[in-house]
Amino acid sequence: MSFFTVDGISLQFGGLKAVDNVSFSVTKGEIFTIIGPNGAGKTSIFNLISRLYDPTSGRLFFEDRDITEVPPHQIAKLGIARTFQNIELFENASMLANLLVGRHCHATTGLWQEMLFLPGVRRAEKEHRRKVEEVIEFLDLQAYRDKLIAGLPYGVRKVIEVARALCSEPKLILLDEPSSGLNVEETDDMSFWIRDIRSELGITVLMVEHDMTLVNRVSDRVLALNYGKVLASGTPAEVQAHPDVIAAYLGA
Amino acid sequence: MRFIFKTDYDQDIRILKHSGYWWSYGVLLAVMLAAPYLLGSYLQSQLVFVFIYAIVGVALMILTGFTGQASLGHAAFLAIGAYTAGFMQSLGVPFIVYFPLAAILTGVVGALVGFPALRLHGIYLVIATIAFAFIVEEVLARWESVTHGNEGMRVRALDLLGMPVPRDSEAFYYLCLLVLVGAVLLALNLLRSPTGRAFVAIRDSETAGKSMGIDLAAYKVKSFAISAAITGLAGVLFAHKMTFISPEMFTLLLSIEFIMVIIIGGAFGVHGAIFGAIFIVMVDPFLTALKDDLPVLVASIGDSLGMSPEAAGQLREKLAKIGSAAGLKGAIYGLIIMMFILFEPYGLYGRWLKVKLFFQLFPLYKRATFKRQKTYVKSERNR
Repeated sequence: MSFFTVDGISLQFGGLKAVDNVSFSVTKGEIFTIIGPNGAGKTSIFNLISRLYDPTSGRLFFEDRDITEVPPHQIAKLGIARTFQNIELFENASMLANLLVGRHCHATTGLWQEMLFLPGVRRAEKEHRRKVEEVIEFLDLQAYRDKLIAGLPYGVRKVIEVARALCSEPKLILLDEPSSGLNVEETDDMSFWIRDIRSELGITVLMVEHDMTLVNRVSDRVLALNYGKVLASGTPAEVQAHPDVIAAYLGA
Repeated sequence: MRFIFKTDYDQDIRILKHSGYWWSYGVLLAVMLAAPYLLGSYLQSQLVFVFIYAIVGVALMILTGFTGQASLGHAAFLAIGAYTAGFMQSLGVPFIVYFPLAAILTGVVGALVGFPALRLHGIYLVIATIAFAFIVEEVLARWESVTHGNEGMRVRALDLLGMPVPRDSEAFYYLCLLVLVGAVLLALNLLRSPTGRAFVAIRDSETAGKSMGIDLAAYKVKSFAISAAITGLAGVLFAHKMTFISPEMFTLLLSIEFIMVIIIGGAFGVHGAIFGAIFIVMVDPFLTALKDDLPVLVASIGDSLGMSPEAAGQLREKLAKIGSAAGLKGAIYGLIIMMFILFEPYGLYGRWLKVKLFFQLFPLYKRATFKRQKTYVKSERNR
């Protein structure tokens, strides 16, 4: 079976079908993008994958394991990390603390140990810190180490969110609109980083994105959604040429 | 201005970040250790109350300041600790057994209170904890076989391994100081390890915390349990300090005082709990002194400004009447808390940091450094 598979998943809010029988699969090491007009159900799919929502029907498989029933806080441990469309950082903590929370799924120390700060905790802390520093270097965030998130500009926060997700050493990273709110230059940087995440860290990327330049530049495959249904999937060029996709974006 | 050149991860993990802290906290500890021999018995007794309030403040800081779960039920945890001490002592259980036992018992109760908190947020959680406090108060009043009901309960002097430790002794002072230092160290240790960071994460964004692998339920319950257990320890000390406990000592007002400790102190760091405790405990004797001395003072000023003796006398009586009016203390408390929320939401510790920075940067301090500004970037959060 493939790396990550969404099999006929649906999500219904009362009478509204936010996601309607969507299936796709992602192979290891690719950059897979979901596009679609506003309200098409892209973020809902992300929330289903990170188990913030329970699907009405359908199953999710990750590395041959059914993750449809796994509680949300265990998803990170399995190797799926995510970022959020509207930035969900811990505002009143330093960037370092934020990134260290990203290491939470690898925490091995117990409460009693931590209260007394036994040598084991110190060792584990240093190990976490070493991993965090690798990510800081990878994304060039050295300047913000001890800064509070609340005082940082939007573009930097966006990168820090990606960094936090990377700190959990995921196998699959979900990026929810990584370029929203970024200027041209920052979007450029982001597109390089997304490719580096795949090529240098070997992490598979599943992404929701509106910016078609970025989509064309980085994606291997694209899935187009509208009203919760799959319109088309394939290479970026194929999807953009698809008549249903053109109709959904431009109106028929 | 001190610049720290970091060469080691340990420098970020350490509690005392640089040598300056060793000096300042060393001096503070030395002064605290010498205090019983320098101060009169009244001030020593006040300091013991400061310590007890500060222990509760640290506990509440963990729950409210770091985990973001407000509680107006901490008087009940204090009561459970105090009554455990009273009851166990009457059974002849030694202090070294019932002291940790009180922490465990309140910790378990705290965890039970934590469960409903999993579904409640903000104001609803506050109401739930108030309800819990009322239930405990009522149980204490009705469960006469254990608590002696509204009659109250006498608590004998503390007996530490055969050595009596009366409430006014230096030994009791040192015991309270030791427990406070322990609680502070415990809180700081939590903050520099995964659990403490998980607490802060829950405070700032539950959704993000969840997808970073934080089990919200487990950590909220942990936070409640730790906070309650520390408050339970304070309760034992409180019982021994008061020597008499009754249900009406542990009312909503006491819980409000505890919340005030962390709001006035500054609800973002352990320092805040200590600053707040000093303020709350010392504001009472200050108000009393003001009530006694202010009318006389004002009258004598009026006298020296050429007021007629009758008018000055009238003024003095009027002020004395206002000073002894019922509810004045509550009104002044309310005024203080409002002033803090309006003008210094970071509390006394925040003010301390600002003053410190002023001197560190002197003469380069910019007036706008801490200018508060509305942020207009706001996103809808799904909890």
